[in-house]
Amino acid sequence: MDGVVSDSVECQKWGLSTVISTISPIGEEAPVEPINVVVRRPLQDRIFRTVVRAAGGVTLVAMGLIFAFLVIKSYKSLRLDGLARFLTTQQFIPQAGRFGIGSVLFNTVIVALVASVLAFPMSIGTALYLTHYCPTSLRRLLTSLLDLMAAIPSVVFGLWGLYFLTPRQRKLSIWLTHHLGFIPIFKTSPNDHSYAGSAFLAGTVLALMIIPISAAIMREAFSQAPPGEQEGALALGATRWGMIRTVVIPFGRGGIIGGSMLALGRALGETIAVLLLITTVFNRSTRILDSGTNTVAALIANQFGEATPLTISALMAAGLALFVLTLIVNTLASIIVSRSRSGAATEI
Amino acid sequence: MTILDAPADQEATSPEPIPPKVDLRAWDQRDVVDGVGAALSSLALTWLVYEQLTPLSGGLGFFVSWFVVFLLIYSTLVRQRFGPLAARDRIVQAIINAIGGIILLALVLLIVYVVFRGAPFLRTTFFYKDQRFTGPLEPATAGGGLAAIVGTVEQVGIAMVISVPLGICTALFLSEVGGPMTRVVRLLTEAMTGIPSILAGLFVYAFLILSLHVPQCGFAVAIALSVSMLPTVSRSCEVVFRLVPGGLREASLALGGTEWRMARRVLLPTARAGLVTAIILGIARVAGETAPNILDSGYSNFVNYNPFHGQQDSLPYFIFRLIREPIASEHDRGFTGALVLSGLILVLFVVARVVGGRGVGRTSWLKRRFRKGVST
Repeated sequence: MDGVVSDSVECQKWGLSTVISTISPIGEEAPVEPINVVVRRPLQDRIFRTVVRAAGGVTLVAMGLIFAFLVIKSYKSLRLDGLARFLTTQQFIPQAGRFGIGSVLFNTVIVALVASVLAFPMSIGTALYLTHYCPTSLRRLLTSLLDLMAAIPSVVFGLWGLYFLTPRQRKLSIWLTHHLGFIPIFKTSPNDHSYAGSAFLAGTVLALMIIPISAAIMREAFSQAPPGEQEGALALGATRWGMIRTVVIPFGRGGIIGGSMLALGRALGETIAVLLLITTVFNRSTRILDSGTNTVAALIANQFGEATPLTISALMAAGLALFVLTLIVNTLASIIVSRSRSGAATEI
Repeated sequence: MTILDAPADQEATSPEPIPPKVDLRAWDQRDVVDGVGAALSSLALTWLVYEQLTPLSGGLGFFVSWFVVFLLIYSTLVRQRFGPLAARDRIVQAIINAIGGIILLALVLLIVYVVFRGAPFLRTTFFYKDQRFTGPLEPATAGGGLAAIVGTVEQVGIAMVISVPLGICTALFLSEVGGPMTRVVRLLTEAMTGIPSILAGLFVYAFLILSLHVPQCGFAVAIALSVSMLPTVSRSCEVVFRLVPGGLREASLALGGTEWRMARRVLLPTARAGLVTAIILGIARVAGETAPNILDSGYSNFVNYNPFHGQQDSLPYFIFRLIREPIASEHDRGFTGALVLSGLILVLFVVARVVGGRGVGRTSWLKRRFRKGVST
């Protein structure tokens, strides 16, 4: 064993990606020359890497294509009307040449916000219940049930909301507008007493649909809170809530924010449940109890049946707006979530 | 000398008895009395004030008031015994338990309602007849949903064939191979997970139908479904791959395996259960999508087995369409469809849990039983 042993030959032979370049005998201060190790991978691996990289590229291409085609197909309507007018016009009547998503985009955000506001405390509560409060023997079952809730089709949620929730929530809406009507969002217009198909109703059903999504992410974040610090807090005399407030929630903050934003993104794009529940109107309204609202996704699905080429182009433009909106929300959310999550692989 | 005997000896000679294990979560008798007492007294108080003394009414309001009064009484009791900190802890505990209960209640209500509305009209004919000769005014048990079932199975099947290999390869790329693109691909995959299915449908309409002049058909829907499914599958498969211990990979490479052999012989078999779960959950997610059908395939009342030609129905679209009709029997038919669709999702879900609920590297009970007969 003298001097420097180079394993570059062996590396070539076996196609190892890990490079063991030098071994110096202990005690001797031999001058070590850095060696350039060139790994030439075997054919099998080169094929493997190419195929796998190509698969990764498919996602890039797909996203690029979606964006490109929405832009191309919406060009016709946008050129006719101009982007600024498209984003501000409230009506959507392509036949009359007056179309825009001013009111629809606004109401989309309102509905999604209602859903998020309702879902936020419920999601945190559900996640904490699953990680820290429910009986240990039930935890697996209840977690599975939450995942099952996330997998229930949105058309079934819409159906349930339409038949089961609408008549029951009407009473709540009436109560809210009678007693809390001084708050602007709970005001209703005097000539409308149906309370059906409101942003509040759609938001409630959406909230039920997005709670499993955000709660699952929060649950994951909470369950990764370091047990040593949790036990430390308890050993210092903290109550369970004190421990959660000082250890679990600060640790899971990224999961809370990111999970809520992912859920918001889902709520923005939900189509069928909303379409089944709402009464379509085309005016901007912050009165969430009033009958009638509209969302971009519901607009697309609703208008598509009797669409002329111009309408389709206008719908593509609406879709493009929704695409950009959800993309921004989701990307921000996933950056926040992945920062909070440790990316290290499990080691043995 | 055996080490195993040592504790027994110690136990025999030690003069102090071992104190019994204290269960910190256990409720003693007083706790139970406090809780039940608070619940009952708040119920009585709420009933008296809410129903008798004030002109309030309504079920929801009653329960909310009851819960608030319960919190007040219960926290007062706990505060007297243990002080304000413990009282706050108990209030939060009650609230969080209530939230868990509400979510569970909502899920149960949803499932029970769909079963309650759909089950009376579910006949076996639903699985082998279509709506060809069924008018809207016929009873809800007439005809069936075969056209929709065939459509769902074929569309989801094609979507699976496209997106499962792609998804697994993307996951391999993200977790094993990597490169300068990894960050971008991961970010885009996450962003794509959140793309609404209606946009996937709109994209397919713009791409296949408007630009390539493919007619509306089941295949177009399948493409839209795989756009929704691909990021879901690749994300969850990547998570599964990350759970495989790094030591296993290194051992395989150190034995002289190529990366491909490592993936094929070590990674995939170790992660198999998790991968199957991820895939089945991805399927369950897209099987309930309605929006792509509205845009890309239309519907037909008779069975269309050919996904590449002609309009094709699907179960979610079947439900959606019938619910929008203004006729009661059509609504009942829609609920029957919802029951069948929910049942399908439930079955997929249970299968996913049975196959792969145990975590990476462990075999499910099903496979263990199967192997017992084969190998030993």
